Amino acid sequence: MSTTTAQPPVPGPESGTKPDLRAGTLPRHFPLGLLVGCGVVVAGVLAAFSSFGLITWALLTAVAYSVIIVTASNRVEGGRKAKDRMVTAIVYGCFLLAMAPLVSLLYTVAGYGLDRFSPYFLTVSMNGVLPSMDAGGVYHAIVGTLAITGMATLLSVPIGVLTAVYLVEYAQGRIKKVITFFVDVMTGIPSIVAGLFVVALWMMLFGPGHTNGAAGALSLTVLMIPVVVRSSEEMLRLVSRDLREASYALGVPKWRTITKVVLPTSAAGLTTGIMLAIARVIGETAPLVLTAGSSAVSINWNLFDGQMMNLPVFIYSQFRMGGAVNYERAWAAALTLVLIVMLLFILARVIGRLFSPKTR
Amino acid sequence: MAKRIDVSGLHVYYGDFLAVEDVSMTIEPRSVTAFIGSSGCGKSTFLRTLNRMHEVTPGARAEGKVLLDDMDIYGPDVDPVLVRSEIGMVFQKANPFPTMSIYDNVIAGARLNNKRMTKSEADDLVEESLRGANLWKEVKDRLDKPGAGLSGGQQQRLCIARATAVKPSVLLMDEPCSALDPISTLAIEDLIHNMKEDYTIVIVTHNMQQAARVSDRTAFFNLSAPGKPGKLIEMGETNQIFTRPEKKDTENYITGRFG
Repeated sequence: MSTTTAQPPVPGPESGTKPDLRAGTLPRHFPLGLLVGCGVVVAGVLAAFSSFGLITWALLTAVAYSVIIVTASNRVEGGRKAKDRMVTAIVYGCFLLAMAPLVSLLYTVAGYGLDRFSPYFLTVSMNGVLPSMDAGGVYHAIVGTLAITGMATLLSVPIGVLTAVYLVEYAQGRIKKVITFFVDVMTGIPSIVAGLFVVALWMMLFGPGHTNGAAGALSLTVLMIPVVVRSSEEMLRLVSRDLREASYALGVPKWRTITKVVLPTSAAGLTTGIMLAIARVIGETAPLVLTAGSSAVSINWNLFDGQMMNLPVFIYSQFRMGGAVNYERAWAAALTLVLIVMLLFILARVIGRLFSPKTR
Repeated sequence: MAKRIDVSGLHVYYGDFLAVEDVSMTIEPRSVTAFIGSSGCGKSTFLRTLNRMHEVTPGARAEGKVLLDDMDIYGPDVDPVLVRSEIGMVFQKANPFPTMSIYDNVIAGARLNNKRMTKSEADDLVEESLRGANLWKEVKDRLDKPGAGLSGGQQQRLCIARATAVKPSVLLMDEPCSALDPISTLAIEDLIHNMKEDYTIVIVTHNMQQAARVSDRTAFFNLSAPGKPGKLIEMGETNQIFTRPEKKDTENYITGRFG
């Protein structure tokens, strides 16, 4: 080390002149101000031509903003920053574009659904209500949705998670490839085919005409298992080898390492994956029309006895009847379904928060 | 409690690749043995065969004899899980269980194996292990906080406490200080020094001063050529290895002429 300090300083390429490290910057609130300015000006111009439309306005504002900010930035801050501004504008634009359908969908569902959405609607069934009467509700469909999806979850979560554990922790070579391949194939099964499969199975086991909730739950299970396997597999792979080895080094057998270290460490991710799988099947309509039936009107908690209404099928059948009241019911039921899914996601977040590893 | 390890004719493989060739050595009880050598020469791989951790990697295996006192740990009826509860290990990277508190981390070995113990027994074990790892004073007021919230050096001492809580007779350490600052390193070296009264300690290190400071005996590993398997070149009293090595390779390595 001492030899290098003794050497005379090596002259740089531009010795004598210090490099200027400063660069111009746009004022901090310039982008926001510009955006608002663009919005107002574009609105004014459009109004002057009396052709104001929300979509035209948003598009023109976005274009005007991007052009001005990139030009201004190029002038003041230089090319690299200008590119940054441009890409930032594009990314935000794409985000808003992606959000638009979602917001629009929620707005529409809430707008139409709230006409009929009330405690009364949620707590009564359609038993004894003629389709055109201004009465009735979705209680029986909520019951059916919860019972069928619940049973499907109870069936597919153990199978799915254990398959994932097998694939990640035990399977090697050919059998692993075969199982992974078939899980992938299962992911691609159209939902109506899953419904037909269960109908055929029920025909064989119980004879014709025995539709019930359990058949619906089984068809949803077929759809749900591959989703659970795939997401759980990813989550289990995220648990680092270090933790497994730490456990082995304490003389803990493999199965206890899996149940007490690997699964708890990935619990938050597993929960999220399972919730996504539930959300995926809770809106399934086609297999349930075939299996659980589409004409039940009364409350039925028994999965093994008789037809069972559920929210997607309720929406479908009400919409098909075509009267004003039916449309209102369909929208209100759609709102109910969306709310249930949202509740599930909030629940998943809370559970994930409770399980996730903490550092404080 | 500490036990002797006798290795004879051990070959270590990854699949078909021979990683370490024909190692024979004796590791004395109640002493610290250091493994030194350049990266990739098989020290860590060899260390991991001493508690049958090596075979956790798919395709990895070892051939030869490793006697723990008089018991061959590669014998036909030997359960690797029991071997590992007798020969503990501390890893290069501190790896406390992220879902567990400091307290639960220390007694993880007992808890994960569903050993029955009363609350007071568990408390005593935790205190004893943490005191043994020089960590008790720093964490005694926050035993219920997550282990992952400690500093790097504290986490490593927590891992040592966790490893000693299962009362092994041998403790293997795979570069336990390589990610730590000098003060934490000193704390762990002091700890190693104190622990050798009760345990047989084997430590892999890249730091030759560390090997000279903490170990009683030193083993030097090297590759015979790039792509060839690693070999045990020389083993002896640390003092002798660092002052009067018998082999030219050893001298070149410890004087910094290569590696």
